[in-house]
Amino acid sequence: MSRVVRFVLLLLGAFVFLFPFYYMLIGSLQTEPDSSVTGAFPSPGNLTGHNYVEINTAINLGRSLLNSGIFTGGVILCTMVFGVLAGYALARLQFRGRGAVFSLMLLVQVIPFQLLTIPLYVLIVRGYGLADSYPGMILPFAINSTAVFVFRQYFLQLPQELFDAARIDGAGELNTLLRVAVPLVKPALLTGVLLTFIGPWNEFLWPFLITKQQDLQPLAVSLSNYLTTVSARAANPFGAVLAGACVLAAPAVTLFLIFQRRFISSSLESGVKG
Amino acid sequence: MRSLLGKQPVGTAFVVPYVVFLAAVFAYPLGFAVYMSFHDYFFAAPGAIVERPFVGFDKYAAVLSDPAVRRSFGNVGIFLLINVPLTVVLSLLLATALNTAIRWRTFFRVSYYVPYVTASVAVVGVWLFLFNSNGLVNSVLGPLAPDPSWLVNSKLAMPTVALFVTWKQLGFFILLYLAALQNVSKDLYEAASMDGASRVKSFWNVTVPGVRPATTLVVLLATVTGANLFTEPYLLTGGGGPDGASASPVLIMYQRGIEQGNPDVGSAIGVLLVVAVLLLALLQRRLLERES
Repeated sequence: MSRVVRFVLLLLGAFVFLFPFYYMLIGSLQTEPDSSVTGAFPSPGNLTGHNYVEINTAINLGRSLLNSGIFTGGVILCTMVFGVLAGYALARLQFRGRGAVFSLMLLVQVIPFQLLTIPLYVLIVRGYGLADSYPGMILPFAINSTAVFVFRQYFLQLPQELFDAARIDGAGELNTLLRVAVPLVKPALLTGVLLTFIGPWNEFLWPFLITKQQDLQPLAVSLSNYLTTVSARAANPFGAVLAGACVLAAPAVTLFLIFQRRFISSSLESGVKG
Repeated sequence: MRSLLGKQPVGTAFVVPYVVFLAAVFAYPLGFAVYMSFHDYFFAAPGAIVERPFVGFDKYAAVLSDPAVRRSFGNVGIFLLINVPLTVVLSLLLATALNTAIRWRTFFRVSYYVPYVTASVAVVGVWLFLFNSNGLVNSVLGPLAPDPSWLVNSKLAMPTVALFVTWKQLGFFILLYLAALQNVSKDLYEAASMDGASRVKSFWNVTVPGVRPATTLVVLLATVTGANLFTEPYLLTGGGGPDGASASPVLIMYQRGIEQGNPDVGSAIGVLLVVAVLLLALLQRRLLERES
């Protein structure tokens, strides 16, 4: 490929990937849906913030965002506590069964999660009675295995002398982890938070199955319910749906844009392992 | 004692929460699904003691003779035939183009990755707007627009879903190939150009074999993603429409297992799907390895 052909190809690709996002924003601001070619360019006469008001009265954006936040926050918290512990043990401690846990962690990443939804639904909703609750939402995602893998990789890179010295000083393993190891792998912790964030924030099927009460539904669920049932009654359904879509997409896209280097390097790492 | 438990037995305590989690959320449900699929399992009031007799392969027989299930497996076949080759070709091509000193590299990488980090539910909204009968895509195409339109056309619904998923996941696969390209030796390219090989030739003879392990991984992950398909047919084509033409096995599994309250039937569909994915993965591996 010559340089020019390459550049044009990449530019074309970028257009295909970015245009729907641009169109989402434009569509969310239109008074009347305009799907003609000129509609792709904003015309001042057709701009409004009304679609955001409309979607907010239909699904209570604040409450939905709060639910998404609690769901995502719970997953991040569990991953940061139990995932760091597991990642550290897998990297730096020698104990029986370490190899088995490591293989299990890799195996889990290729199991198609959706296939477990029926048994999980029977167990969590019917067995434990956790329907319409945050713990029920969080449980299946509680510890992100990719994050555990990333933590392990970072802990492995620390020099062994550090741990030998801590042991000679008589520090317990938990102390060594918290005082010596964790402060040295702060970038890994940030990466862990970021890659854990997009899972539950974007998740649809599981919270959709277990939340029937509207005031417990995360935004992805309440928006899709609006999309499939209520939108037919709205004056400008596409405008309201796209306004909701912008609100749902904004946190993940913003985090990604700020920390894109971290996102991309962690994907590269987890790609290399395969 | 020391040698039995390892040098730092406290490590076991550190991994216990994670292992319990994996057992509770992956291992046990997997076994439970297999159990349900061989029994007459139904929802009962909490605490009620009910018989759930062993029924052998009855549920599997019922599932396999259900036309909706068969159709959904066929639909995923169509999906994979479009999605997998398209993903491999486009992501390798774009990754190769990105893997050179070129202007705006970061901008390109970021723009390809944005759909991957965005919720399906959000981008489905835009695709509905773009691809509906009076949508922008059809107004650009004018007289070439398909009738009935993309998502309500029984021949085009599944391909459009496949296109959507390819678009959404491509950024991730581009990064995977970018990582793999770092491991292809520069000497090989130099040797190829010394032998007078053209760019296209060295792409075929150096790049493609050099990233073969990554291709195996991309094919596997794309297949697993396809088997997991639910959100897109549920929202994009209004529950697998038109008339089941874009229904996926997970969608049927949800309808049978939860909406209609037959978790045993739903589990049987799930088990069949896992078996199908495993067989497909083995087959793909054979094919990809034979080529090398």
